[in-house]
Amino acid sequence: MKLTLRIWRQKSRNGKGKFISYPVYNVNPEMSMLECLDVLNESLIERGEEPVAFEHDCREGICGSCGFMINGIPHGPLPATTVCQLTMRHFKDGQELVLEPWRAAAFPSVKDLVVDRRSFDRIIEAGGYISVSTGNAPDGNTILVGKDVADRAMDAAACIGCGACVAACPNASAALFTGAKISHLGILPQGVPEQDRRALNMVAQMNVEPFGSCTNIGECTGACPKEIPLEVISRMNRDYWQASWKQRDELVRTITPMTEWSTGSKLKIDPNATS
Amino acid sequence: MTLDAKIPSGPIELAWDKARFDMKLVNPANKRKHTILVVGSGLAGASAAASLGELGYNVECFCFQDSPRRAHSIAAQGGINAAKNYQNDGDSIYRLFYDTVKGGDFRAREANVYRLAENSVKIIDQCVAQGVPFAREYGGSLTNRSFGGAQVSRTFYARGQTGQQLLLGAYQALERQVHEGTVTMYPRTEMLDLIVIDGQARGIVTRNLITGELNVHFGDAVILATGGYGNVYYLSTNAKGSNTTAIWRAHKRGALFGNPCFTQIHPTCIPVSGDYQSKLTLMSESLRNDGRIWVPKKKGDKRPPNQIPEEDRDYYLERRYPSFGNLVPRDVASRNAKAVCDEGRGVGETGLGVYLDFSDAIKRLGEHTIRERYGNLFDMYQRITDEDPYKVPMRIYPAIHYTMGGLWVDYYLQTTIPGLFVAGEANFSDHGANRLGASALMQGLSDGYFILPYTVGNYIATNKFPKVDESRGEVREAVGCVQQTIEKLLSIKGKRTVDSFHRELGKIMWDECGMSRTAHGLEKAIGQIRALRDEFWQNVTVPGSGDDLNQSLEKAGRVADFFELGELMCIDALHRNESCGGHFREEYQTPDGEAQRDDEHFSYVAAWGYTGPSSSPSLTREPLDFQYVHPSQRSYK
Repeated sequence: MKLTLRIWRQKSRNGKGKFISYPVYNVNPEMSMLECLDVLNESLIERGEEPVAFEHDCREGICGSCGFMINGIPHGPLPATTVCQLTMRHFKDGQELVLEPWRAAAFPSVKDLVVDRRSFDRIIEAGGYISVSTGNAPDGNTILVGKDVADRAMDAAACIGCGACVAACPNASAALFTGAKISHLGILPQGVPEQDRRALNMVAQMNVEPFGSCTNIGECTGACPKEIPLEVISRMNRDYWQASWKQRDELVRTITPMTEWSTGSKLKIDPNATS
Repeated sequence: MTLDAKIPSGPIELAWDKARFDMKLVNPANKRKHTILVVGSGLAGASAAASLGELGYNVECFCFQDSPRRAHSIAAQGGINAAKNYQNDGDSIYRLFYDTVKGGDFRAREANVYRLAENSVKIIDQCVAQGVPFAREYGGSLTNRSFGGAQVSRTFYARGQTGQQLLLGAYQALERQVHEGTVTMYPRTEMLDLIVIDGQARGIVTRNLITGELNVHFGDAVILATGGYGNVYYLSTNAKGSNTTAIWRAHKRGALFGNPCFTQIHPTCIPVSGDYQSKLTLMSESLRNDGRIWVPKKKGDKRPPNQIPEEDRDYYLERRYPSFGNLVPRDVASRNAKAVCDEGRGVGETGLGVYLDFSDAIKRLGEHTIRERYGNLFDMYQRITDEDPYKVPMRIYPAIHYTMGGLWVDYYLQTTIPGLFVAGEANFSDHGANRLGASALMQGLSDGYFILPYTVGNYIATNKFPKVDESRGEVREAVGCVQQTIEKLLSIKGKRTVDSFHRELGKIMWDECGMSRTAHGLEKAIGQIRALRDEFWQNVTVPGSGDDLNQSLEKAGRVADFFELGELMCIDALHRNESCGGHFREEYQTPDGEAQRDDEHFSYVAAWGYTGPSSSPSLTREPLDFQYVHPSQRSYK
């Protein structure tokens, strides 16, 4: 197979980006999209050019590192599939694929197809957990959890935090991501004591970050490689609405979004002075 | 040098209790004055960082990924063992201990393994309390499945995503501490050297992967939880970023490396399909519960599997190991797969594959039950191979999956450098020469939640920490080394890419130091690796600069370390004149082809010391003493 990859190249966060087209020959239909990029990158390096930066790690569809738009669709055309598991047999010989990074104000660009998703970590940091310190736990079977309840929690917990939902949403909303964690923990009896605080804090943090609002379009669930159901957003809204009534005096403390990467080098060492 | 594992005296059941009681404690008000550096944010790192933060220490945690939630623990599928005996099938802490020592082919330290089995029970409780959605019975109690190497059902799981759910539990506990202000998280930050001052580990040199800035972080203790080094083989089931750099550079600073040649080949991975292949995908071992493994009886039988009648099939594991059948441990299953393929009975285009067939299980239990148990794995298989495993048997082949070797640690998980602790896959400790399925998650969490919070505290309480800063010669030297390496890699501007070197190294390692090894092959491999390493330093090309995100530069540094580690692995494999667990030397086998241990000469941990770039490593032996589980020829027949 021969494909043309039209890829967004951008040197740095503040650099100006542009599309560049690269023909790729000898594409094997069994290759994954990322292996196709590997092949392109090897040839770029051999020509003395900088390879395309893209995020990846496990290449098994579970770590959530990878992801970019293929012809306007997050993770490409195959449902429930991340780009690392998307094989090239789903494309036609001679096809042009347009690859671009997630576009969202809350995901500032880093380089080429790599973006900064620390806003997701901050939403979890704000309250996406059950506050139980190590050593505090009763026997695992003390609190029974019905199979259907555990299954529903697992459906929501399957989120890999890749960001496709935000990229798919015309508003760049993080409602599916936030709702998934609120649902996972809220459905389980262990998560109930903190249900109100969790919803208040996580939603507040989501709103501080430059994500848009949810207007129930549903593109997010369609793009989600783990098929997180839209109902997690209803659950989030319900929890938030109930909590806002019950806990109206609760002080919500949000985290200031950080977009810088530099932590300022503490080093004052002259490299030439060392052996 | 003699190695003291510091195993508490007295009966093994009381060893950990005694050790905990004998440990000194740190005053709660003083804990925040002590900084602890945790490198890695997988199960071991995240759980250690969170637990130490909860205790009140000032923790700094580092990962090279964009978020701590990406660590490769997330990809573990099958489950986590615990001696709960919820199934009433005869399990106990002692039995889990026994199975693990035996499964490790008598090359693990008994006291460590016993403690691991004890902690297993608490891990499940902790994870349930955190909201890990383990699989449940209709009545609401936790359910279990069985796993290779055991005859009881003690494996807890969350569909085929157990590692993901456990990691998210640890990650959430970590983020809670970030919110509390006890943990500072440094994502996209790679540790490139260890700083040892006056004999104590006191800091690390890091590179910010986005800005290229080098930084120094000081602490009173350093924990490395940076995972295994299976990527030395290039093709493995590890994540692409998994690397040896942190532990290797600590090794070069004086930490001994234990049993580097003990690597695990996982029997159930999707076979290689082409030379562009970047990694191998695991199919959970839990599939062997219901799948039957077979190959055609005749060589070169090219009929499609469903046209091969029952009498022409060889269910070789069931035939050779009637009592364990398809559930033999991983090393045994892998070696047998290789043997039938070497005989020319392998399946698929390359002939490097065996069938894993679910048709009997589907007939017996119905497709619905099989879908319920393994649905996501079947989907994954179909996505990758374009074949439907509900209709056609899966094709599988062994692949590098886990490394039992790692930095040598004592009972307190401390290396030979005071103040340097190692947890999870990065240390050598609990699995001997072969790890049983569903034990890696258990060990990572045991180390992080239930061991390091005590042992690091003991170290802090019993040592003095003079103030250190950047002006120290040791710091300047470490930073200088890092800087020089980066500049050197960028300046070679040769003709070959980093990946091309890495692939070639991986091929040498797989051929000569993989599933079976010979003295001749290993000697040859050592020469080849040295030659290739020389070529690397003359002819590699790393485009771009060191001042921004440069993925080629990151890889180059890691591959440079893999060269040195690969050589040490071959040296270790060559010196160990016996077969045990995953280390199979063709010269040492029983008449029926099983691993032949030599307990008289090799019942020890081989701990290697770094002596310089061109001199031979030093070998120190930690003798292994088996008082409870007496070494015997492992039999799964």
